[in-house]
Amino acid sequence: MKRHLISAADLSRADALLILDTAEELASLADRPIKKLPTLRGRTVVNLFYEDSTRTRISFEAAAKRLSADVINFSAKGSSVAKGESLKDTALTLEAMGADAVVIRHGASGAAHRLAGWVQGSVLNAGDGTHEHPTQALLDAFTIRRRLKGADARGTGLDGLRVTIVGDVLHSRVARSNVLLLSTLGAEVTLAAPPTLLPLAVGSWPCAVSYDLDSELPKSDVVMMLRVQQERMTAAYFPSVREYSRRYGLDAARMARLPGPAIVMHPGPMNRGVEIAAEVADSVRSTIVEQVANGVTTRMAVLYLLLGGMEFPATEVAQ
Amino acid sequence: MCAASSPVAGRDGLAVLDAEQIRRALTRIAHEILERTHGGDGVILLGIPTRGVPLARRLAARIGEFERLDVPCGSLDVTMHRDDLRLHPARALGRTDLPPGGVDGTTVVLVDDVLYSGRTVRAALDALNDLGRPRAVQLAVLVDRGHRELPIRADYVGKNLPTSQREVVHVLLTEVDGQDGVMISGEGRRP
Repeated sequence: MKRHLISAADLSRADALLILDTAEELASLADRPIKKLPTLRGRTVVNLFYEDSTRTRISFEAAAKRLSADVINFSAKGSSVAKGESLKDTALTLEAMGADAVVIRHGASGAAHRLAGWVQGSVLNAGDGTHEHPTQALLDAFTIRRRLKGADARGTGLDGLRVTIVGDVLHSRVARSNVLLLSTLGAEVTLAAPPTLLPLAVGSWPCAVSYDLDSELPKSDVVMMLRVQQERMTAAYFPSVREYSRRYGLDAARMARLPGPAIVMHPGPMNRGVEIAAEVADSVRSTIVEQVANGVTTRMAVLYLLLGGMEFPATEVAQ
Repeated sequence: MCAASSPVAGRDGLAVLDAEQIRRALTRIAHEILERTHGGDGVILLGIPTRGVPLARRLAARIGEFERLDVPCGSLDVTMHRDDLRLHPARALGRTDLPPGGVDGTTVVLVDDVLYSGRTVRAALDALNDLGRPRAVQLAVLVDRGHRELPIRADYVGKNLPTSQREVVHVLLTEVDGQDGVMISGEGRRP
């Protein structure tokens, strides 16, 4: 394991499997009377959130607390950032307070990478602009493995599974991290999206591309719907929401074309009626609620593996 | 003691117990457990990964043979409770598998391969504390090599093995290593 978790590309197959297997062991904690372990006692985790977030922040907070770490929550609203403090100065403040790990969400792609050069502790990227969101990819991989390979799939990857990621790939950090991680784990990934919502360099990604969702559905084991990120859209990427929904939304009729045990995923928050119909989101194929529960478990695994062992040598900081 | 029982490396050491002697030691421990717990009622065996788990299974099978008693058997991973986590890179976790009834009100016999500093057992007691409240906790080990650093002793011992701290004790079990045996290697003991 590296010192930081900035990109899903930092993870080798062995690293990714170690995280998933650790998460598998930690999952049993949820059934126990005392859902807490003493492992990170005395360590401090700072949640540094420059963008709004419900599940990721709460998930990281719950994960750190279940490992007995101290958690400091920082959101840009109502802090000195509103007075114009730079990311670097904020980082140095956190450093002076002795943060062992910083979980950062920021609107600018690359913010987590910059932060890693300024602080001593581990940096965990919880979403930077339209770049990456590696822990989301890990919890998605964990959810896929549990649902399709059973709870006793320790040590195995996602080899041979076909995953179709549908929708707004252009603005999605979830899609990029998932393509990188799922292909590392052996899955065959296909992106299905309108041409206007695919990034220019998609040809260099380890995945296939299709403009036709209907032809991909019958051969998919996993369909991952992405949120249409209207807050990031500065131009007209499709004629109307209704047309997008007709061609790329997952409704009951499309879901019926999926093979036997296939699952439907969504990283949340959902636009019901746009990319996913309510009846699909609430169906038995949907893993949306499981993904949230698995998020806590997976983030515990990442925090344990980054912070639980001996400290990384200081020389690695000046990278 | 994972630290004292890493595989392969010790196969050139001096054999202390062979497969037959391990079998006899486990048979004796199984009888002692039955005797000490008045017939084994309410006993569950929890092995500490890695090699404590197959040992616990073997003991459960022996007790089943002698008394036709089905003793529940499981595993208890202590990694997250260790006091030396910060001395090594983060370790992979072992499995914790409790028998369906849990540990409340039972007599838990912890099973491990080597008893050395006692720190693993301390971690196991902490881990057990978070899982429930057993009526009593006992400890069975295949080898007690001394050098305790905590006030902990075993209730059932396969073999007391006086060692120097520079020596390394390796327990090999068929389920994990493909063969049974206990080896000791290190200064002054090489054959």
